[in-house]
Amino acid sequence: MQAFEYANPSTVDEALGLLGSTWEEANILAGGTDLLSLMKEYIHTPKRVVNIKNLKDLGGISKTGSGLRIGANVTLAELAANADVRSEYPALAQAAMGVSSMQIRNMGTVGGDLCQRPRCWYFRNGFGLLAMKDGKSLVPGGQNEFHAIFPAGQAYFVSASTLGPPLIALGAKVKIASKSGPREVELEKFFVAPKDDKSREVDLKPNEIVTEILVPSGSGIRSATYEVHQKDALDWPLAAAAVALTMKGSQVGRARIVLGHVGPTPVVASRAASSLNGKSVSEAIAEQAARAAVAGAKPLSQNGYKVQLARVAVKRAILAAMA
Amino acid sequence: MPDYKWPAMDKRRVMGKPIERIDGPEKASGRAKYSTDIKLPNMLYGMLLTSPYAHAKVRSIDVSQAEKIPGVKGVTVIAGPGTELQWQGAEIAAVAAEREELALDAVRAIKVDYEVLNDHFVREEDFAKAQAAQKVQPSGEVVTGDPDQAFKEAEVVSEGEYGIPVLTHCCLESHGQTLAWNGEKMEYFPSTQNVSGIAGDLAKQLEIPAEQIHAHQDHMGGGFGSKFQSDRWAAEAAKLSKGAGGRPVRLHLDRRTELQIAGCRPSFFGKIKLGAKKDGTITAWDSTTWSTGGLGGGGLNAQLMPYVYREVPNRRINHSSIVTHTGGARAWRAPNHPQVSFLTCSAMDDLAAKLRLDPLELFIKNANYTARANVYVSQLKKAAEMVNWKSNWHQRGDSGTGPIKRGLGIGVGTWQGLGHNATCKATIHPDGGVEVELGSQDLGTGTRTIIKQVASESLGVPMKDIKLNIGDNRYPVAGASGGSTTVGGVSAATRKATLNALEKLFEAVAGGLGAPAAELEAVDGKIQVKGNPSKSMTWKEACRKIGVTPITATGENNNRFPGGLIDGGVGGVQIADVNVDVETGVVKINKIAVAQDCGLIINPKTAASQCYGAVIMSVCGALMEERVMDAQTGVFLNAEMEFYKLAGIKDIGDIEVHLDIVPEYDARGVIGLGEPPVVPGIAAIANAVTNAIGVRVPTIPLTPRRVLDALAANERRRS
Repeated sequence: MQAFEYANPSTVDEALGLLGSTWEEANILAGGTDLLSLMKEYIHTPKRVVNIKNLKDLGGISKTGSGLRIGANVTLAELAANADVRSEYPALAQAAMGVSSMQIRNMGTVGGDLCQRPRCWYFRNGFGLLAMKDGKSLVPGGQNEFHAIFPAGQAYFVSASTLGPPLIALGAKVKIASKSGPREVELEKFFVAPKDDKSREVDLKPNEIVTEILVPSGSGIRSATYEVHQKDALDWPLAAAAVALTMKGSQVGRARIVLGHVGPTPVVASRAASSLNGKSVSEAIAEQAARAAVAGAKPLSQNGYKVQLARVAVKRAILAAMA
Repeated sequence: MPDYKWPAMDKRRVMGKPIERIDGPEKASGRAKYSTDIKLPNMLYGMLLTSPYAHAKVRSIDVSQAEKIPGVKGVTVIAGPGTELQWQGAEIAAVAAEREELALDAVRAIKVDYEVLNDHFVREEDFAKAQAAQKVQPSGEVVTGDPDQAFKEAEVVSEGEYGIPVLTHCCLESHGQTLAWNGEKMEYFPSTQNVSGIAGDLAKQLEIPAEQIHAHQDHMGGGFGSKFQSDRWAAEAAKLSKGAGGRPVRLHLDRRTELQIAGCRPSFFGKIKLGAKKDGTITAWDSTTWSTGGLGGGGLNAQLMPYVYREVPNRRINHSSIVTHTGGARAWRAPNHPQVSFLTCSAMDDLAAKLRLDPLELFIKNANYTARANVYVSQLKKAAEMVNWKSNWHQRGDSGTGPIKRGLGIGVGTWQGLGHNATCKATIHPDGGVEVELGSQDLGTGTRTIIKQVASESLGVPMKDIKLNIGDNRYPVAGASGGSTTVGGVSAATRKATLNALEKLFEAVAGGLGAPAAELEAVDGKIQVKGNPSKSMTWKEACRKIGVTPITATGENNNRFPGGLIDGGVGGVQIADVNVDVETGVVKINKIAVAQDCGLIINPKTAASQCYGAVIMSVCGALMEERVMDAQTGVFLNAEMEFYKLAGIKDIGDIEVHLDIVPEYDARGVIGLGEPPVVPGIAAIANAVTNAIGVRVPTIPLTPRRVLDALAANERRRS
């Protein structure tokens, strides 16, 4: 890998001072489960690596007046084991456990999950984020069985974030620090489909740090995440769905349904969600919502099966939330 | 000459016992040093620059920038100007540097001007496309009997298309070595299946006398047929070491390169037509198949079809090799067999389904077409019993309500085996110490353990008191470990060497015991007059009679005259029991039942382990493994372990192994078990999935995509 300077700040301000205005200047190291392989493959070649694991402000899970604050450095294992998360936000705990490998759960962080780069094999083989060749993407005419069924423009990769779908379903915001002060972004808007190879898939500048995630109160909400994995051992989901159902008695008051691993961002299925409003959930109602969730899918030559997987994931997530 | 024959089954004290692998604790604790763990003082790290293109020519190559990087100690050029690169991963240059990351930087600093030819052909599954690209090399039709007439007369004809893609070797320990020059001599630590032979292979590349190279290997992390030769990377490491004044150079392939060029298993695609009577008796066979093993084409022997059921009376076999710009084929545990087993057993299973017959009955009914009908029939019945076939089998697709469908399926296999040439030297010291030496290797299969069991059985000395030396080319020559020939070779050689040494010991103590040497036996740490423990002396007392010069003796296994201790040729049956979620296409293995014939079993525990490992490989091959080539760029897209999927412990399911340990099989002698159990698994799993979901998924691996696509295609056909 390209030689780099290693910086080990102890405060957020110090860390911000070490970041640069481009991704080539500095990269943030948290769990390192993605960054190290990106650097070994020369996909990222930062001049400086800024370790944020020692930033105390980025740790811990705590209840606040309005919900839950999750530090960006909280590991997936901590998240999955946290009693408040397990009782109030099962969708989140289930998603964290869905990251298959104890090693990744122990090292990988919540912030890292949101900011990790796509696993698209064209991207990882050095063809660039959009795999562009002669003005068009290699994906539609290539090996696209794991790619998007909800592509955006030339972006055919799928967001690798596991926590994105449940956090969006739960209405979370992400808090971002920069030299000009902190800002909060709704997580749904944090994920963006890039328009060109130079852009990123999240709303984060090279000189910003994700510091925490704020989740509104989960009381009265039933939630679940369902991921379709081919393997139980180390593997990425083929499709996933997270649902959060705000209940009014035995009926759904308001629903949120978000698909994962099917588009360059988590895909919010609003029409499917609203089809649940005012209904008592049954298998038929869940199936109906699941069909609505994939109604707009535009599969590629090899990934038609993912439409069904996403549909099944939605249905099973809804039923799991009500179980 | 001693009588070498194995002791009778009921007389064996050490052989036949399920003894734990003697190097288990060393391995489990991390003390065992694999070749890739070898780190020598002052060592440099070697790295290869390989072709990013599937087909290109090197116009020019400039290594000056790489050489200037501080810490870079050498660059060698493999593919000079004008060289044609025929696959992604082809070696272009090698570097050695003080640290691994500097070596990586140096590789990237080499400037190559490529003429990209853009005419690569990397995907062979579509035969018509391969024909259009003129990449097809037919091997000619082979006809036996009168297939045309037989098909006319057949009461039923069943046809199917099947495919199994290229797999690549994915040894946990990548290919490579550490080596260092000391003047004209070289110390060489390869990861190899061929300790005795590999130094000579490297010497040939370097054009030096073989005796200058000392090869040593204690442990290796998997070879499976891909680690017999020294390879280009050893020659380059040797040049780099020499250029750096003899400093040690470590060059093991990185994972991406390992998958790209360290050897693959040929694919196998084709159409099979079977003719049969209504009772399931097969009367005619017609197969048209193709495969690729890379630029050299095939590498697959389609004449093994129909597999196991060889004697189908009327058959027509056509096969073609497809030439591709991809890394070349190497032997892969049971070369050809898993592929031909999958195609043959799938076709037979489809015939049974068409006739609405129980496939178990069909496999039994046609057993006379096999070379060992009794063995297969008993194994089919045994494996069926292990999965409770009678109550769990159902007609294809007829498997109840709910999304989870259960199915059972059969696969069969065979393998030759026998024993490679091997020489063992046994030494008995005057202090009672015993040393056994062979230039063999333990690939992780338990070879050390079984050699000691044989020596212990022969000498009556406990295993722990025997010092075993293997893994060094200074020890007596033993063959490469391939083709399931190791256990036969080393057990026979060890038996002969130890008995030859013992005969000399008997001669030394005969006077003291007042009986002729031929009347003595070695039992339980004593030398005694046969059947008379009262006339005995301890092993140590006996050895003191040797005098000051140790006894040495050798014993040899000659593969042309195996001499009754070993044999070859086995059958095996596996039945898979699977669950398939028809909404997600995810396949889960409930159980794989293994019924395997393997002659005299020296250690039932390590024998069963061979079966476990083999079944795990079959689960990977049936459900996950596949080399994915991108037709547009010629790139091997999944050449790393994230997307080159392998099973983890939770993906494997239960494995139940039945080995027939009975006098009838035992009498055949020792037979290798490396390849046989890896053959039937893929066929068994594929047939089980078909049984569960009601349709044939034509191409392996059975990923959710393929399962759901097959179900959807079936829906479309119906509606």
